[in-house]
Amino acid sequence: MYFCSRFEKAFSNEDRMAFRKLWIILILSSLCTWVSAQHEAAAPQPDATEAHAEHATEAHEAGEAGSHAQHEADGPCGRSVHVEEEFNAGDNAVHHITDANAIHIVGDLYFNLPCILYAPKHGFKFTTTAAFEAKHHGIGEVAQDRYVLIHGNVMRATDESGFPMGTVTVDDYTTRDSIVNGKDKTLYYAVVGGQCYPLESKTTWDGGIMGGGITSYYDFSITRNVFTMLFTGLLLFFLFRAAAVAATRNTGQAPRGLQNFLEPFVTFIRDEVAKPSIGPKYEKYMPYLLSAFFFILGLNLIGQVPFFPGSGNVTGNISVTFTLAILTFLISTFSAKRHFWEHTLWMPGVPALLKIFILTPIEVLGIFLKPFTLLLRLFANITAGHIVVLSFVSLIFIFGNAGQSVGGSVAGAASIPLTLFMMTLELLVAFLQAFIFVMLSATYIGSAIEEPHHH
Amino acid sequence: MIFLSDFSVIKPEPGLIFWTTLIFLLFWFLMSKFAFKPIASALKKREMDIQEALDQAKQAREEMANLHAENEKLLAAAREERAMMLKEAKEAGEKFKAEMADKANTEYKRKVESAIQDIENQKQAALVDLKNQAGQMAIEIAEKLLQKDLGNNPDQIAFAKSMADQIKLN
Repeated sequence: MYFCSRFEKAFSNEDRMAFRKLWIILILSSLCTWVSAQHEAAAPQPDATEAHAEHATEAHEAGEAGSHAQHEADGPCGRSVHVEEEFNAGDNAVHHITDANAIHIVGDLYFNLPCILYAPKHGFKFTTTAAFEAKHHGIGEVAQDRYVLIHGNVMRATDESGFPMGTVTVDDYTTRDSIVNGKDKTLYYAVVGGQCYPLESKTTWDGGIMGGGITSYYDFSITRNVFTMLFTGLLLFFLFRAAAVAATRNTGQAPRGLQNFLEPFVTFIRDEVAKPSIGPKYEKYMPYLLSAFFFILGLNLIGQVPFFPGSGNVTGNISVTFTLAILTFLISTFSAKRHFWEHTLWMPGVPALLKIFILTPIEVLGIFLKPFTLLLRLFANITAGHIVVLSFVSLIFIFGNAGQSVGGSVAGAASIPLTLFMMTLELLVAFLQAFIFVMLSATYIGSAIEEPHHH
Repeated sequence: MIFLSDFSVIKPEPGLIFWTTLIFLLFWFLMSKFAFKPIASALKKREMDIQEALDQAKQAREEMANLHAENEKLLAAAREERAMMLKEAKEAGEKFKAEMADKANTEYKRKVESAIQDIENQKQAALVDLKNQAGQMAIEIAEKLLQKDLGNNPDQIAFAKSMADQIKLN
């Protein structure tokens, strides 16, 4: 604990807030584990007749009994994805914060989106998630050129598996937890004609550190996050366009309505962020700062809306924050003046040895650390916020499953004010993180274009 | 039901990076061209207008202040003039009054004197008249008293006259 508090001090207030959220998550997840462990212990021993269900689909039919039969129902390729498992808050939260190829609206209703898939060995594949003919839980009944749909997410049968190309009816999908290269990994299989074909996820650029890596295909689909970005971007554009039209039309008049609502944000960014951080040349960077601010803010807020077209965890996805941070990095680096490079690479007034071995490496590292902290802060705060809200919502299901009684409903009712509190806090975080992102971007740009001071 | 418990939010995905870049760059371009630029120029213009209006107000206030000072000066001058005029009028009035009093006094004195003179003259005339009448009466009385002797005696008349002259009525 002492170490943790020391560690926390090294970070700013916002980072600390994120840390606290992580603490809450840890406590909550341990609570969930405890509750399910209790339930597990109290559960009756599985019935032998139910346990020997031959097909996973039958286990699905069995409904309630499915959870008891999970281990025995496992086929050679693991458990069927149709098996009704006990509610798992962690999986539920992760499922809701991740990107998806089709947007889950309610029940078995999915909003289908275009798929643009690229397998280097087989070229492009243009389709929509509707082509996978999903009926329940966004699980596709057919495969298209080795691509399949599971819970609204596209996966692909590996090239080595010899899965047939074209439209193929898939009997079932199974999953199995395994250890690959010393890492826990959930493996997926498509079952066609009693044969298991291993599936793989799209290529990610984490270099295998996060369990991803380069696979046989790339996914350039309009995913839930892309759709949310397009939707939010258009919404913001129309709002601001209306305000801009009003501003040009009503010159010489006091601003009203939408224009009056949006202008203070613009002046706030100008007067509180750009001017003090960048200095007299702030005007050149205003469009970027404003765009970044409203883009992040809009996505943060849309992500808070718990139903379609909201709830997409866009700014809590590292790919998005990475892109934005890279832009800040590029802008600040390319507008950097001689003064900045001089102070970064060869700090005047410091002994040469100190420069070579300590100062310059640290400063150069700092150039790359700045965008890294920028992308991590936004990502961590928004994802943590989503997870906490989802965990509180999950309490309803956890206690509902565990108690199936009055106690469960009481706990469920108690989670409503908790969720409300978290969502209110997240509303603040939405503004705060958008502000911090542009504030720090402005600071980095400001330090890059700073003119030497003559004393 | 199992969910994909793949924590993929922490993995950089080329597809999402591509779309984010494209959408954000487009957003940036469209927003700066069609929204932020007009808003910024409108804000600038409004700020300039406000500054101008404030400057004008300040100038007007200064002018007002100047005018006020001038008025004040004029008023002070007028007040002084009035005071002077009043003083002059007062002095003139007093002088006039004194003159008038003087004049009246002189007139009065003159009138009194002339009255005295008149009275004196009248008195003298009355005395003369009285003397004449007294003389006449004394003569008559004396005539009556001395009807026989004094009828036509000139010495007697002269004597009576001298006696009458000696009668002084004050």
